[in-house]
Amino acid sequence: MEMADFFHIMPVSKPSVGAVGKTGTWRVFKPIIDHEKCTRCGLCWIYCPDESIELKEDDTPKINYDFCKGCGICSDVCPVKAIKMEAEEIG
Amino acid sequence: MAKWEMMTGNKAAAVGAKLARVQVIPAYPITPQTTIVEYLSKFVEQGELKAEFIRVESEHSAMAACIGAAAGGARAFTATSSHGLLLMTEMVFWAAGARLPIGMAVVNRALAPPWNIHVEHTDSHSQRDSGFIQFYAKDNQEVLDTIILMYKVAEDERVLLPAMICLDGFILSHTYMPVEIPDQEDVDLFLPPYEPKGFLLDPEEPLTYGSLTLPEHYMEMRYDIQRSIESARDLILKYSKEYEEIFGRYHGGLLELYKVEDADYLLISMGTLGEEAKVAADTLRREGIKAGAVRVRVFRPFPTETFVNTVSEKKALIVVERHLSLGGIGGALGTELKALLYGKTDVPIFNYVTGLGGRDTTYIDLAKIVKHSIKTGRPKDNYMWYNLKMG
Amino acid sequence: MSAVRNLGLTKERFLLPGHSACHGCGLAINLKIVLKVLGKRTILVIPACCSSVIQGPYPKVAFKVPTMNIAFASTGAAISGVSRALKIRGIEDVFVVGWAGDGGTVDIGIQALSGAAERGENILYICYDNQAYMNTGIQRSGSTPYGAWTTTTPIVGKKQFPKDLPLIMAAHRIPYVATASLGYLADMIRKLRKAKEIKGPRYIHLLSPCPVGWRHDSAHTVRIAKLAVDTWAWPLYEVENGRVKVTVKPKRKPLKEYISLQGRFKRLTDGEIKLMEEEVIRRYEMLLKMEKSGIEF
Repeated sequence: MEMADFFHIMPVSKPSVGAVGKTGTWRVFKPIIDHEKCTRCGLCWIYCPDESIELKEDDTPKINYDFCKGCGICSDVCPVKAIKMEAEEIG
Repeated sequence: MAKWEMMTGNKAAAVGAKLARVQVIPAYPITPQTTIVEYLSKFVEQGELKAEFIRVESEHSAMAACIGAAAGGARAFTATSSHGLLLMTEMVFWAAGARLPIGMAVVNRALAPPWNIHVEHTDSHSQRDSGFIQFYAKDNQEVLDTIILMYKVAEDERVLLPAMICLDGFILSHTYMPVEIPDQEDVDLFLPPYEPKGFLLDPEEPLTYGSLTLPEHYMEMRYDIQRSIESARDLILKYSKEYEEIFGRYHGGLLELYKVEDADYLLISMGTLGEEAKVAADTLRREGIKAGAVRVRVFRPFPTETFVNTVSEKKALIVVERHLSLGGIGGALGTELKALLYGKTDVPIFNYVTGLGGRDTTYIDLAKIVKHSIKTGRPKDNYMWYNLKMG
Repeated sequence: MSAVRNLGLTKERFLLPGHSACHGCGLAINLKIVLKVLGKRTILVIPACCSSVIQGPYPKVAFKVPTMNIAFASTGAAISGVSRALKIRGIEDVFVVGWAGDGGTVDIGIQALSGAAERGENILYICYDNQAYMNTGIQRSGSTPYGAWTTTTPIVGKKQFPKDLPLIMAAHRIPYVATASLGYLADMIRKLRKAKEIKGPRYIHLLSPCPVGWRHDSAHTVRIAKLAVDTWAWPLYEVENGRVKVTVKPKRKPLKEYISLQGRFKRLTDGEIKLMEEEVIRRYEMLLKMEKSGIEF
């Protein structure tokens, strides 16, 4: 048996965005940022358990709805109440 | 120049590990393995061996640290015995599943209660489903040589599995025998310093190892372990031959055969019983019984074709072992050999269980066992006890 | 002004979106912050715990640092092995981190952790304490607080106070022990950075609210993590070279403010809450006394 004919099936996994799929489908409530109110403090970004808020160059937060599960933490920690949780439309 | 030294099996194990340039040694003492750990500590503290010695707090941690060390890119070695091996069991299975070529010496010892520190193979047989390659030694030289050999096999890209060398408690571990110590330079040529070929914890390549795997993928990973350990059969033969070319010693590939070709009856055993079996064969031959001996040097992967080809045409096979699967139908070796040969040959297979808890079993006993099976003709029981003192 | 920007955390992600942690998971926030502080050259070793599930199933994984999953009881030993392997290979700039839940730390993993600490291994062990066996479905652990409902204390709640693992670790006379809460981010990050600079065994115990197991609103994770500190239920302290220092000293709020947000304490009687509060105060004051006396472990 030569090495060329041989390959392994090893329990090794590679880092991937969406390892369990698009977790945005889990969402019941959707966070909406009011950019007028937002002070770009970054609290929503650092506390998002799903790494679904990105900070742009100027620290403006942007929610990635593909993965946001809608837990509501960003809305709860926002010091100026700039994030509202709205019920997702079903269907 | 290679040197000769009178040494115990435990020292042979320690010297073998040193020659294999093991880099991380997590170990915990247990009778009769303890002096392996002591020798290695000394080698490391004296600077004879450049290795990290981890004085772990249990055998479970010993194998866990071996796993960490191997995943961290080092050649890892540990040694244990009996209860230590059983405490370690979870991590023994883990090491194989993790595909890490860790090396281990197991000094075979019976299990309590009642406490008993003497030889029996129940401890290592309990790990036979783990995915570890298993060697069993007949003498101290074989212990030393096999430790070097087992890394060569375990680290081969086709295998990538851990390996253990089993040596009989006290009979080898504490008995002095002449052992030839090969030159380090020669060993380095045969077994170069470790380079991880499988999984490596490397920040440059952030892979995750052993993550949750669903029924969709799990079976193929088990298949891969089985295929890999099976590929070790040919590699053990190949590397044993290479070892012989360099060092002039060959302990048998998978099976060590003694006067087998013209034999009518074969004594089949493991460990030091294999040496007694050779003497028993000679003894029986002097009495006109054409006996031979087969020593199972490698139990995992189980020698399949070699066994079938060696034993099929004989008048009877007499398997004698220091093991019994309690509630089962014999010892591990007898049971597996019967399963292997079923449908392939009609040769009667006798399975004798003896020598448990270190009860002395000599060539005289083995010769008696052969005569007993000749007299019996065909086995009536699944297995038989020998030297059981009841009443 | 950006308070968060002042913390100097990287925008690089090491916990990738699309993992399977529950809504509002405290562990996910903790891990995300820990990895941002420790950076790319970190190796994680993870026993059976929620983190072994949230990483996602083979062949993909949501972690972007090299990670090894390991059996439940063995984290302390496995990181010892990794650390020694790196040492013998001459690799000095990689952080070897044991990342385990409370069950894997205070219960089944305590022996291996204690052994590693006693040997002085160059490791960072972080326990994210969600105060029960959450991965198997909320069973009582040695870290579950008094009075808490779990599925193995289903009727009367837990009747014992939790094991104090940070002080047990301090008793090993290791260079650094700290507790932290994601509710006090600056304190937590400072401690992680300090741990990063120290060689030898380091132990950090993180509070990790679990909306599912604690029966709280998933939006309240950070609020609860802060209230735990403000009510003294989760004192923030560090033990550096044996010296105790209480790092955050809030004016105490009534314990009820913390526990009333959590369904797991719903059945507590006023008497039980009083008992719990007395213990919380006693323990916090004990730490203050230790700090004041200047005693060294």
